[in-house]
Amino acid sequence: MPETGLSEGDKLLPLDGWHRAHGGRMVSFAGYAMPVQYEGILAEHRWTRSAASLFDVSHMGQLILAGRDVTRALESLVPSDLRGLGEGKLAYSLLLNDEGGIIDDLILTRRGDHFYLVVNGATKAGDLDHLQHRLPMVVIDHMKEQALLALQGPRAAAVLSALVPDVAALGFMHGGAFRIGGTQAWISRSGYTGEDGFEISVPGAMAQEVAELLLSNPDVRPAGLGARDSLRLEAGLPLYGHDLDAQTSPIEAGLGFAISPRRRDEGGFPGFDRIRKELDLGPLVRRVGVAVDGRQPVREHALVVDRQGEEIGRVTSGGFSPSLEAPIAMAYVPAAFAAAGTPLQLSQRGKLFDARVVPMPFVPHRYHRKGTSR
Amino acid sequence: MTVYYTKEHEWIRVEGDHATVGITDYAQGQLGDVVFVEVPAVGTAVTKGAEAAVVESVKAASDIYAPVSGQVTEGNQKLVDDPSLANSDPEGEGWFFKLLLSDNHELNELMSADQYRAFCEQQ
Repeated sequence: MPETGLSEGDKLLPLDGWHRAHGGRMVSFAGYAMPVQYEGILAEHRWTRSAASLFDVSHMGQLILAGRDVTRALESLVPSDLRGLGEGKLAYSLLLNDEGGIIDDLILTRRGDHFYLVVNGATKAGDLDHLQHRLPMVVIDHMKEQALLALQGPRAAAVLSALVPDVAALGFMHGGAFRIGGTQAWISRSGYTGEDGFEISVPGAMAQEVAELLLSNPDVRPAGLGARDSLRLEAGLPLYGHDLDAQTSPIEAGLGFAISPRRRDEGGFPGFDRIRKELDLGPLVRRVGVAVDGRQPVREHALVVDRQGEEIGRVTSGGFSPSLEAPIAMAYVPAAFAAAGTPLQLSQRGKLFDARVVPMPFVPHRYHRKGTSR
Repeated sequence: MTVYYTKEHEWIRVEGDHATVGITDYAQGQLGDVVFVEVPAVGTAVTKGAEAAVVESVKAASDIYAPVSGQVTEGNQKLVDDPSLANSDPEGEGWFFKLLLSDNHELNELMSADQYRAFCEQQ
């Protein structure tokens, strides 16, 4: 039986006591003690898809980048069009290395004269080193005392706008400064579940008050890392360190949308030569969605094999989809095997599984895009 | 009828030479939501300590080891069809397989209910 306990030296989240008081089962993740589940992963997953769940993602790095020419400086490290990024607008972006591999994926927001970045918890120290080393003229503030809460699900907008009426006006990937529970908060309409929802950045000292306020609505329940992972997998969203790494390019990963049209022409970001070539000629391998026959989950590190049993690819995320009640996975396969409908064979612990390439997301996104009625 | 327990959090209910094997309530709690179960085919010879069945939760895959040696007389098809029985009724409807014991002496190495309770409290 797996024992996913805690490690000595795990840092504590601002909401550590709150998680334990609400029955959170704490595990080590990204150097923090974090709740993997409360009531149970399946129940939390389904609640997120039908009502609203509150996730604590305070392990993620929240950074402020400021200084003269910060737009141009940051554009030298990411492929986004930051010049064209409007006030309060979020962009999904990538920190790239000189070989076109992905150092991290992140969300960038223009806020007045600075940028606000949310980076992965497990990679934030390396990201900081990279940013400081490559952008010596940019002032970087790592907001270590800031907590980040995510309210996700079809009821999220009703719940949050009952407390903060103005958030109803936010469209997907827009943010703004608001007040909630007597504190200043940066709230954006974004998330990692495929559902409509918000991410709420508040001072750590106020996090418990805000969490309690949200949870006082009966439509809201706490959800842990387990549900966060199964939700993002269904939404087709890659997880850094699993589906993305320093060798994998954005084009291989199917993240070409993060490379803006202007930057595709102009370049000027790390790894442009490789990325331009892959845009023109196609990458050798691609990240694809995989539907697995039967009921048994096929997980990360399983192999994609050809008819002779030779490895042709690798599963980078996989599990049981609570919404589809079937196993699903993400894998990297040769480009010739990447078309939807292509049959695949997977190999895990000496057992073969029939599978096929399917489009992602596995479960449709339900983002609140402005100008669309729901 | 006597019920024995293992350090791998399995229970074995023994009546004469016949035994029923499953996972304990503690085990299902640790595993979380069970989404897949594989049980051994009738006639399979299982050896004490060797893999006999598979249980997978949303989080992880685990092997179920045969707590004693014997020959499989039945696998729980109801559990295969509805793996959540391992969570909702682990020590009843959620049993995994039945065995004809080949060596009753192996039972002496297992824990009683009281011993198992004490073992879990140390976990």
